[in-house]
Amino acid sequence: MKLKGADILLKMLQEEGVDTVFGYPGGAVIDIYDALMEEKSINHVLVRHEQGAAHAADGYARATGKVGVCLVTSGPGATNTVTGIASAYMDSIPMVIFTGQVPTALIGNDAFQEVDIVGITRPCTKHNYLVKDVRNLARTIKEAFHIARSGRPGPVLVDLPKDVITAATQFNVPGEVKLKTYNPTYKPNIKQLNKVVDLIAKAQKPVIFSGGGVSLCQGHRELTELARKLQIPVTSTLMGLGGFPGTDPLWLGMLGMHGTFRANMAVSECDLLISVGVRFDDRVTGKVDEFAPNAKIVQIDIDPTSIQKNVPVHVPVVGDCKISLAEINTLVDKKQWEELEETRKPWLAQIDEWKQTTPLAYQQAEVIKPQYVIETLYDLTGGDAIIATEVGQNQMWAAQYYHVKEPGHFITSGGLGAMGFGLPAAIGAQVGAPGTTVVDIAGDGSIQMNIQELATAVQYNLPVKVVILNNGFLGMVRQWQELFYKRRYSSTQFVHAPDFVKLAEAYGAVGLRAKTPDEVASVLRQGLECNRPVVMDFVVEPEESVYPMVPAGAPIKKMLLV
Amino acid sequence: MSEKKHLLSILVDNEPGVLSRITGLFSGRGYNIESLSVAETVDPGISRITMVTKGSPMIIEQIQKQLNKLINVLKVIDLTGTQYVQREMALVKVNARADHRAEILRITDIFRGQVVDVGMEHFTLKIEGDAEKIEAVLNLLKPFGIREIARTGCVALPRENR
Ligand SMILES: Cc1ncc(C[n+]2csc(CCOP(=O)(O)OP(=O)(O)O)c2C)c(N)n1
Ligand SMILES: [Mg+2]
Repeated sequence: MKLKGADILLKMLQEEGVDTVFGYPGGAVIDIYDALMEEKSINHVLVRHEQGAAHAADGYARATGKVGVCLVTSGPGATNTVTGIASAYMDSIPMVIFTGQVPTALIGNDAFQEVDIVGITRPCTKHNYLVKDVRNLARTIKEAFHIARSGRPGPVLVDLPKDVITAATQFNVPGEVKLKTYNPTYKPNIKQLNKVVDLIAKAQKPVIFSGGGVSLCQGHRELTELARKLQIPVTSTLMGLGGFPGTDPLWLGMLGMHGTFRANMAVSECDLLISVGVRFDDRVTGKVDEFAPNAKIVQIDIDPTSIQKNVPVHVPVVGDCKISLAEINTLVDKKQWEELEETRKPWLAQIDEWKQTTPLAYQQAEVIKPQYVIETLYDLTGGDAIIATEVGQNQMWAAQYYHVKEPGHFITSGGLGAMGFGLPAAIGAQVGAPGTTVVDIAGDGSIQMNIQELATAVQYNLPVKVVILNNGFLGMVRQWQELFYKRRYSSTQFVHAPDFVKLAEAYGAVGLRAKTPDEVASVLRQGLECNRPVVMDFVVEPEESVYPMVPAGAPIKKMLLV
Repeated sequence: MSEKKHLLSILVDNEPGVLSRITGLFSGRGYNIESLSVAETVDPGISRITMVTKGSPMIIEQIQKQLNKLINVLKVIDLTGTQYVQREMALVKVNARADHRAEILRITDIFRGQVVDVGMEHFTLKIEGDAEKIEAVLNLLKPFGIREIARTGCVALPRENR
């Protein structure tokens, strides 16, 4: 069967099980859009900015575990996706981005809307392709999806020159992808796992430290089993939230710069740190030399480059986190664990004492405290909502006060920290999880970076809820200025701000506002009950700060507290 | 930790853009490239990159892992500390006044170099060997005045068991 490039693309999307594409048309991809009109099995979500398409595909991927797909035109369409691609790359999110390109004959000529997007995205994709011949198209797409979702996942970009899209060729579904240069290691080395179990048996003060890798491979059950079976307390990175139930007594809270007192203390004092699917980012380690100084460190990760990159490791395990944890559980079951409770008692008691003496806390006041908004949201949703966040204080309070229970329920731009991520990501998540309440916890700064996507939510009846913690500041930067720059608030106060309620209404969404603490619950309740997109503007304490805080470069034990 | 030179032999897909993925990795992560040479192997689909890089053991480990992670990289071999043969070639344009000519030719001879171009005022010499030998020749030629140098960078292959 002879098919045009555009039709081959759509056939391959079906082959790969893609039912949703986030995109924005333009000259270079107009033939794909033309073909898309006839294709009923693919739902195209027209965003309002290509950055929104990339973040939405990311949010969709995180909420569903599937590969997120976006489609944009050449030149500015392609460059607009770069922030979204970089964010997905940092957080290892499986995505395939299709970009239009000028015809092959014009490449290199500075043609209209030509940009070397393969060159631009080389350092922020897992891999990328320029397809120069329609005969390679099907195979390239197959490879792109394979690479995006296997091993340590990540975004893969496929650049499609216009003549490749319009040319026709014989189409056969390509066979299984076998790349001689790419072969991720899933099965861990059993010898290493035995060492891990031996270390656990000897440890008096173990801690499990889990990251985004656990959610990506859906290893949360195995992780929870191990922790509960051996009574090992668990902390996680920002990306790891949801990999272990935030309601479990063994949960320590998040680790690092804005981690809980007990998590930071426990890691600083532990004698064994079992790290799973983490990469020891500086926001989590603080001063590296003083990170977990008394501990033997185990590191399990599917990506060998993550192992021993920043921190020397005693027992490295290269493998899939889920498989590795399952095998560790099997080994654990074969062993006698006498007096486990007795052994753990002093350690768990110590942790409990840290929790009692120095819990996460804030002072209630006449004005609304942002933490109170998140706490109330948590109570009203029973902790079951999918939370997307923007970046800044709002993100940290969301991480601290919304106790996520499952993977895919805390969607945040962790590695890149891209303001403007939350709303489009929430839209993508809502598309992927239509029955679930999806809330974007936002700051008044971040929300303005992709506010145009409210129109997308309204057009497609996606009832996302935006909770703006409106402090009138670029709060997180202001906090640094307060603490480390003598309160010199250089360019962090918004002298002018839009009326978010009216703005929501202008977009066709619902706008609500709370100005006092007693209005918080009722506004949230009203917003959550509404089956339309809602923007809730919470006028909060302008100069509230996120605590605990570890100053950049300090050991995580040295926290500034409220 | 002390920084050490390492000689890496890297087999990659012979495709456009692959070299840029590798140099981009080095510049993006702040790794060193001291020399680099690339050419096709017996398999025209595969190129060999020979690279001299420098770093602490932890950095060298990262470099190897990061290279292996690139989809177009087939194999990374660290030749450092193994049995291998290594060559580099340099073209050296050196001032050659009449009264210096004999001495320059003698040096060239001792190091089994060749004169590949002759002018009234200069010789262009071809010197071959490992980096140390080339340095040695350059040092000896320096007093005559070296006008220009072109060096290939190191190429290397592991030795086979006899
Ligand atoms: C795209 C982008 N630009 C700049 C920053 C730097 N930055 C980090 S947090 C922050 C303030 C965010 O303000 P807001 O969204 O109001 O959140 P708040 O901290 O006040 O909750 C800024 C400017 C960033 N992370 N992303
Ligand atoms: Mg703000």
